[in-house]
Amino acid sequence: SNVACIRSLYSAGVIGRGASSSPSPSKICVIGSGPAGFYTAQHLLKARQDIVVDIYERLPVPFGLVRFGVAPDHPEVKNVINTFTQTANHPRCHFYGNVNVGKDVSVSELQQAYHGVVLSYGAEANRSMGVQGEDLAGVYSAKDFVGWYNGLPSCRELTPDLSCDTAVILGQGNVALDVARVLLAPLSILKKTDITQPAVEALVHSQVRRVLIIGRRGPTQIACTIKELREMVNLPGTRPEMKAADFAEVSEALKDVPRPRKRLTELLLKTALEVPGEKEQERRNKATRTWGFRFYRSPIEVFADAEGKKISGIRLAVNKLEGSGEGAQAVLTGEVEEVSCGLVISSIGYKSLPIDPSVPFDPCKAIVPNTLGRVQQAKGLYCSGWLKTGPTGVIATTMNNSFDTARSVVEDLNSGTLDVSTEKPGSQSICALLEQRRVKPVSFSDWEKINTEETRRGEAVGKPREKLLSVEEMLRVARA
Amino acid sequence: MAAAAAVRWSMGLGLKVIPDCSLCPLSRSCVSSWMSLKRSVRYRTINRHLRTTIGLHHSEEGSSSAESPDDVVNVVYIDRSGQRVPVKAKVGDNVLYLAHRHGIELEGACEASLACSTCHVYVNSDHCDKLPEPTEQEDDMLDMAPMLQENSRLGCQITLTPELEGIELTLPKVTRNFYVDGHVPKPH
Repeated sequence: SNVACIRSLYSAGVIGRGASSSPSPSKICVIGSGPAGFYTAQHLLKARQDIVVDIYERLPVPFGLVRFGVAPDHPEVKNVINTFTQTANHPRCHFYGNVNVGKDVSVSELQQAYHGVVLSYGAEANRSMGVQGEDLAGVYSAKDFVGWYNGLPSCRELTPDLSCDTAVILGQGNVALDVARVLLAPLSILKKTDITQPAVEALVHSQVRRVLIIGRRGPTQIACTIKELREMVNLPGTRPEMKAADFAEVSEALKDVPRPRKRLTELLLKTALEVPGEKEQERRNKATRTWGFRFYRSPIEVFADAEGKKISGIRLAVNKLEGSGEGAQAVLTGEVEEVSCGLVISSIGYKSLPIDPSVPFDPCKAIVPNTLGRVQQAKGLYCSGWLKTGPTGVIATTMNNSFDTARSVVEDLNSGTLDVSTEKPGSQSICALLEQRRVKPVSFSDWEKINTEETRRGEAVGKPREKLLSVEEMLRVARA
Repeated sequence: MAAAAAVRWSMGLGLKVIPDCSLCPLSRSCVSSWMSLKRSVRYRTINRHLRTTIGLHHSEEGSSSAESPDDVVNVVYIDRSGQRVPVKAKVGDNVLYLAHRHGIELEGACEASLACSTCHVYVNSDHCDKLPEPTEQEDDMLDMAPMLQENSRLGCQITLTPELEGIELTLPKVTRNFYVDGHVPKPH
């Protein structure tokens, strides 16, 4: 009855033809099918011919933040899906979607079934601001807001209120700029992306004309990277609106900084201070929407209107910097200011959550404590991606850190630290458990049915894909 | 994308068919040339193993065997273990896809669309000056590359010309120690 499982037993040689006489394979499972999971799997499969990798994913659809995090107007970044798809289709790799590890099956059950378990489930929660009023209607975490416009099933009901003029984004990383871009970009651009239809409809009626992107520290500590900043600077229909005073002394600080920080700061300075050329001035004059950074500000309180329901503004503490460069600290000056706004999006970072009481977890750093990807005091358990390092870095960073974890697994196999002398049942026993528990995994070819349906729906409306928005609908299409 | 089409399998009887070069993204050395791929595809078609488009993206990436000796460009990759891998390439070859064809471990996550820095290489100084200046877009991506140096370039942006004869491309040694040493990755 469980097609995904039966298929894997065939190809693993457990049943049917082709059972090989070679020694039994080392069975590794990876939890989470985002970039960390797929890059770990890719390296494992490549490093040794005797490794079988099973990837478990909570949702029926793979690719994690490539699907639910990467901005819809960054389709090039999503090209990485092609490589991941080749990995998933590798004969020694199997995908089990719709399996919630920690609920449907425990980590210790996986450890019994596999020689090694790699945790790559990422950072699904968001850091909270810890300020008064952050639970008011109109305050959203960037994680939820991004999940909403990218079709994450759990964020489907968010339907953010975009009826205000000014939106405030707290945090100045790339996620903050993704959100700002989606709020301000011309619909003619967004409509051609894989942004969800409900998001497009909400943005059609959006009244947001001004987005302020707020950071605790100064321009030389800003967390975004230059590609994302340049996209803001060139965003059609918008103009930058900065405060010149924020940039005092910045050019002084530019002297001995590494090239990436230097180029980023130079672009900031140019945008904020330089008198634009004629063409750029004309472009700015025509712009109907504005965006700007506000530096040296920390949130104190989000406050509501007279009825107490909807937010009307945010109170910010004014900071000064102690020290300089990347390590500079924001210190309160005692000064306070208020900004009127009807929408607050907090984009101060993602956070990993513990998955299972049996797995060590550092609640302060919100990571699984590890040494080179080996989970401390837990033999046979590994971690990669944001769960290993914390939620920072671009895809190249996650790729390298995942390859490193895979190298640790391979070293342990080679040295015998990871004992593979006993045969392990792998997916065979897990599938039996899942069947008992009435959980039906989604195979990779099931996902390809979803993929085909989404692409078909997208084609009809001039988008690369129209995502299915609920787990139920995904499962319906997968099992059609 | 052709690459996306390349990965659809025939799933007869629920059995995964295992072609010789099925390790494509994983073991790049398996791909010897477009011609042999075409042969193997035809062969497999007869056997009802319909992974028909496996080679397509490789063909887009330029052919690998030089017809005229004038077209040959000798390239040396220096891999992450420091090993020198000499490769006979051809004018017009792209350094990223050339690496793939010869089993050099150079990723190309965004498929040469200038949206990542996973094909970051160092170019030896003699040849670095002979390359066209990086575009602003390439520089923006290089700024996100771990272990950026003066001679850093993206492999996907280097097209071989006769002047690049003898070019040496070193893969950055981005190892675990890099992060252990206290490096803070760039924020997402």
